[in-house]
Amino acid sequence: MSQNNHPTTPRKSSTFDDYTLSEIRRAAATGIYDIRGGGTKRKVPHFDDLLFLGASMSRYPLEGYREKCSTEVVLGTRFAKKPITLKIPITIAGMSFGSLSGPAKEALGRGATLAGTSTTTGDGGMTEEERGHSETLVYQYLPSRYGMNPRDLRRADAIEIVIGQGAKPGGGGMLLGQKISDRVAEMRTLPKGIDQRSACRHPDWTGPDDLEIKILELREITGWEKPIYIKIGGARPYYDTALAVKAGADVVVLDGMQGGTAATQEVFIEHVGMPTLACIRPAVQALQDLGMHRKVQLIVSGGIRNGADVAKALALGADAVSIGTAALVALGDNDPKWEAEYQALGTTAGSYDDWHEGRDPAGITTQDPELMKRVDPALAGRRLANYLKVMTLEAQTIARACGKSHVHNLEPEDLVALTIEASAMAGVPLAGTSWIPGKTGF
Amino acid sequence: MPVIDLATTPLRELNQALHDAAAPGHNDTEFEVLNPKGAHAVAVGVAAPVSIEVKGSVGYYCGGMNEQASITVHGSAGPGVAENMMSGTVVIKGDASQYAGATGRGGLLVIEGNAASRCGISMKGINIVVRGNIGHMSAFMAQSGNLVVLGDAGDALGDSLYEARLFVRGAVKSLGADCIAKEMRPEHLELLEGLLAEAGITDVKPQEFTRYGSARTLYNFNIDNADAY
Repeated sequence: MSQNNHPTTPRKSSTFDDYTLSEIRRAAATGIYDIRGGGTKRKVPHFDDLLFLGASMSRYPLEGYREKCSTEVVLGTRFAKKPITLKIPITIAGMSFGSLSGPAKEALGRGATLAGTSTTTGDGGMTEEERGHSETLVYQYLPSRYGMNPRDLRRADAIEIVIGQGAKPGGGGMLLGQKISDRVAEMRTLPKGIDQRSACRHPDWTGPDDLEIKILELREITGWEKPIYIKIGGARPYYDTALAVKAGADVVVLDGMQGGTAATQEVFIEHVGMPTLACIRPAVQALQDLGMHRKVQLIVSGGIRNGADVAKALALGADAVSIGTAALVALGDNDPKWEAEYQALGTTAGSYDDWHEGRDPAGITTQDPELMKRVDPALAGRRLANYLKVMTLEAQTIARACGKSHVHNLEPEDLVALTIEASAMAGVPLAGTSWIPGKTGF
Repeated sequence: MPVIDLATTPLRELNQALHDAAAPGHNDTEFEVLNPKGAHAVAVGVAAPVSIEVKGSVGYYCGGMNEQASITVHGSAGPGVAENMMSGTVVIKGDASQYAGATGRGGLLVIEGNAASRCGISMKGINIVVRGNIGHMSAFMAQSGNLVVLGDAGDALGDSLYEARLFVRGAVKSLGADCIAKEMRPEHLELLEGLLAEAGITDVKPQEFTRYGSARTLYNFNIDNADAY
């Protein structure tokens, strides 16, 4: 009897799944690694693996629509003469003009300003659009120093020294030639149309001892007015945070592997760096060990999507969070209304990540004059402000349920974990037990 | 002429006095700084056409982000001298440490002694003239501007160079990726003559230099060039 009379269901390999097979074929056909935007797409332990306990017999909740739950956050209280006060604990992460269009940068500034928070420049200098439309603007100080100048340094509200980012700790950047318009080329002092590499290390300092002197220089240039942030990717959060404090940071920005990038090798995004959830507690521990928790503020980013994520990050010890990918989605990135065009690019709404190619149907990650018209800065800014307000209301809802009159009063004790992995990473007990792996016995 | 003695005056007061020189109503145009003794961030962020004489050696980042000022260091300079300079002139009578003129956008940096490694790293329009030798990895990823070296250059000169021009009179130990020797055309001789004159150098001729620049083969990524990176 032939075996074909008893066919088994075709079985695909878990190891060589469809995506893996397509990647092998793509590599074989092109001879180059895959580059894309965004953060990790793999499933990693995240805020969804945590739950709040809420108030009960032993805790006293606050009335949802009556009792105040504050959200204000002050950043830069350690050394800066002019700390920043934000109405909400959610900021907009650094994204460059060059990777984003001018109207998209303007929309980020408008949205952040409407919501009472800050936005951040990126690897490409400060544009008039974003300075003009951002009440509070953080100016990134990057290894490439594209567009860096003392005038912009002085008209910034804070300076963020970028050591790394979560999508690619240890990596530099690349803006491909197709996005180098005349304006981008001029701002970066490079010929039009060539691939622009952004260095992975700063050109004029190495290590935290040098960085301390670099910070002294920046403070002297700006009269000690501006808060100085240090942004690190999620690699060795305990030591990196401790060294950032040692180097003189006012604020530490910590970005986990879900944090997006404009363009990096897929292998880098998916295989280097730690999930955001795994980074927060070691960073907070470093601050506590140095007696600097709440004195040096901690901003956490990488995969923040809603008010619950905000509340969980704050409960674990962050002072604020930062959003990048979610802000772009609020502006219109990956909107299904452009589905036909996503299909034409060989992808689908929700999966589009070839931001470096400059053909973004939503008009956000492009320098194409026609495509970028699709972003109405006022309208997109309003959408971002709406989204930020919803996130804030959600975080307040949770904080009140936990009996907190300020979102900063949320604490690890308010949380439990759904999985052993999340419990170990967040340092909160597995739900229904008093067990924290590595800390308490059964 | 204000004389600021760093043995008795905090650095903050020095830099604030220099910054105030740009404000209306301030007429001082010449400053003297005594006893720098290797202090960091001396005369940074100055934005006025003033002259500053520093009598001694300085630490990191002297003249950082300078605009318009003429700063002379009568001694040696630590790492990152004149980093990100916009305009003006910085003259170092002695030697300079690493990253001299890093990311500089304009103005003239003259080092009368030697410069260490990574001189002119990522330079973006500055002109740098070094009377002595320069160390390894100099002009790494240099984008724009001119680097003139009367002595020798170390390993990997001009690695991953963009459009900056490099002129070396002595020996080059090795060239970095995508950096090649190029023909010295009349316009380059003229440019070099002007730079030497600006730096106050009269005892050498432009014809004694070799020009180096980018081969431009790495400007757009090509997998077949991967070995060069």
